[in-house]
Amino acid sequence: MVEAILAVTHAVGLHARPAATFVKTAKEFESAITVTNLTRGSDPADAKSLVQVFKAAVAGGHDVKITAHGSDEVQALATLVGLIEANFGEEGVHGQ
Amino acid sequence: MSSRLDGIGASAGIALGPAFLHQAEVPEIHAYQVDDRIAEAIRLEDAVALALERLKRLESHALAQAGSDASEIFEAHRMFLEDPSFAGAAIEIVRSQGLCAQAAISVAAGELASEFGDIGDEYFSQRAADIRDIGTLVIRQLLGLGEGGFSHLIEPSVIVAGDLTPSETVSIPSGMALAFVTDVGSPTSHTAILARGLGIPAVVGVGGNRIESGVTLAVDGEAGTVWIEPEQSTIDLLMRRKSEIDAGRARAASHASEPAVTGDGHRIEVVANIANPDDAVRALELGAEGVGLFRTELLFLDRGAVPTEEEQYEAYRQVFDVFGHLPVVVRTLDIGGDKGLPGIDMGEELNPFLGKRGVRFTLAEPSLFRTQIRALLRSAVDANLKVMLPMIASLAEIEAVREQVDRARAELADEGVPHAVHYEFGIMIEVPAAAITADLLAPHVDFFSIGTNDLTQYTLAADRTNPAVSSLADPFHPAVLRLIAQTIEAAHAHDKWVGLCGELAGDPVAAPLLLGLGLDEWSMSPPAIALVKERVRTLLREDCRVIAATCLQATSPVQVRRILEGV
Repeated sequence: MVEAILAVTHAVGLHARPAATFVKTAKEFESAITVTNLTRGSDPADAKSLVQVFKAAVAGGHDVKITAHGSDEVQALATLVGLIEANFGEEGVHGQ
Repeated sequence: MSSRLDGIGASAGIALGPAFLHQAEVPEIHAYQVDDRIAEAIRLEDAVALALERLKRLESHALAQAGSDASEIFEAHRMFLEDPSFAGAAIEIVRSQGLCAQAAISVAAGELASEFGDIGDEYFSQRAADIRDIGTLVIRQLLGLGEGGFSHLIEPSVIVAGDLTPSETVSIPSGMALAFVTDVGSPTSHTAILARGLGIPAVVGVGGNRIESGVTLAVDGEAGTVWIEPEQSTIDLLMRRKSEIDAGRARAASHASEPAVTGDGHRIEVVANIANPDDAVRALELGAEGVGLFRTELLFLDRGAVPTEEEQYEAYRQVFDVFGHLPVVVRTLDIGGDKGLPGIDMGEELNPFLGKRGVRFTLAEPSLFRTQIRALLRSAVDANLKVMLPMIASLAEIEAVREQVDRARAELADEGVPHAVHYEFGIMIEVPAAAITADLLAPHVDFFSIGTNDLTQYTLAADRTNPAVSSLADPFHPAVLRLIAQTIEAAHAHDKWVGLCGELAGDPVAAPLLLGLGLDEWSMSPPAIALVKERVRTLLREDCRVIAATCLQATSPVQVRRILEGV
């Protein structure tokens, strides 16, 4: 299993378009993937469930932990971290 | 008390009648226990699958109508419904408790919605509303209620809505819609295009209107004005104008099937823009002398998947059957920009209108294009087929497509399948580059057809779907008129004919201008045919040449309109 901790900088957090993009990307991998909202102290959410990701209520500026477990775990983690770091491919919508 | 709302006139005409507020209704559910839980779970799974299909169609309609932001709403709805904690939970309720499918989905939606609602944040309250909407969609499928919405429409009314999807617009029982009034939309939105196609007045972009159900509304679809509980004097004025318009239309309609010949004996060809075989029949009845634009992509968009060669063959053949030996200009798949295709990943584009659309898309998807060309050539054996390519910007694209068409023809010949061998091959002029180099392209094609809607937005760099700038996208701008003039001149110098299939062709005000510029073929939405023909009959071509030359020297669209309104 691999994991990473990072801050979500997107202004709206993991909601709306970023959440949908995040879940769609997670679904491309075979590995089991979770996302945990460390700032709010939530339970790990299934990264392939839009409902669960929404319920994690990740706002802009929150820290999250992503874990991946499975045959393509390294690739999955790198891709999802890359997605958050690249601000979901959008420009000029960073928080603060 | 009388009040007045201003929007955008999207389909001309006057209407007076009661307001019918359209909103999605929530069906009533009576919960019961089932004996066969497995069968009930399958029933629920099937309904969910149908609801997902419907959401996919809404997604592509929304993409076509309001862009990617709107379609993403439906995409998110679909992801919610596919989520194990929604449909999966409902199926589990059926299996474990033996509850009927509609009650189970209602319970699952209710639980999820209240979880979101409990977070106590405006954003999550909206998601709770989304969840309930999706639940209703599945319940409608289970109860066989169809897409619904207009069952209470029992008297002819003015349909008032936030927005109308094309499927909603066309599901209204015939004769019941006196006019459309919507909060959102632009003159080029699907609601507007459909309203004009149906000959129903429409005012769009009224924005957060406060119209109550049942109040009397007067609608002027040309000026874009809606009166709530209008004064008698307003009604009198509007009704007088309506009867003038109606009388003019009746006069024109009685001569709709006769040719349009100017006072000095010059005949123009008046043809129709259509999207399917039903349109073809109506167009012929309304006086069309052929088809100037068959938008094949709507055959694709109206279904959940890409149609097979046989399905396309059938649809094209029906259209050719209607028109016999009359010309039918078929535009090859024009996807991209504001039009997505279900089941095809278009990829993300920052600027879809400047992206992979029209011929750029088909060249990138050769198998999709090959299927369409095969279906077209096979169906047109006895037809007067003219193949037209959208979004051409350079000669290389024409050559690349011609190569593909030639290859498809050779394949059909090898297979011994009957197919058309005599057909014309032309391009749309909608990218300014093509208009500017029309003299270089003309030798390589049989005809041009000017798509003024896109040519206008590209020439003026103004997105016609963006309300903030759509008024700048005026086809009467002298820059657009000069490109049209240049295109016609270049084509005629090479003995090629030129059509025009944008909104401009169906505007009687533009008739003297287009006649003066020498346009050969005028293609418009069928209800406009009678009026444009009638207008042409009142004109002299020689006079119009002078009028057109004057318009080309004007400095603004306003000046052009003033010149034309004085004719």
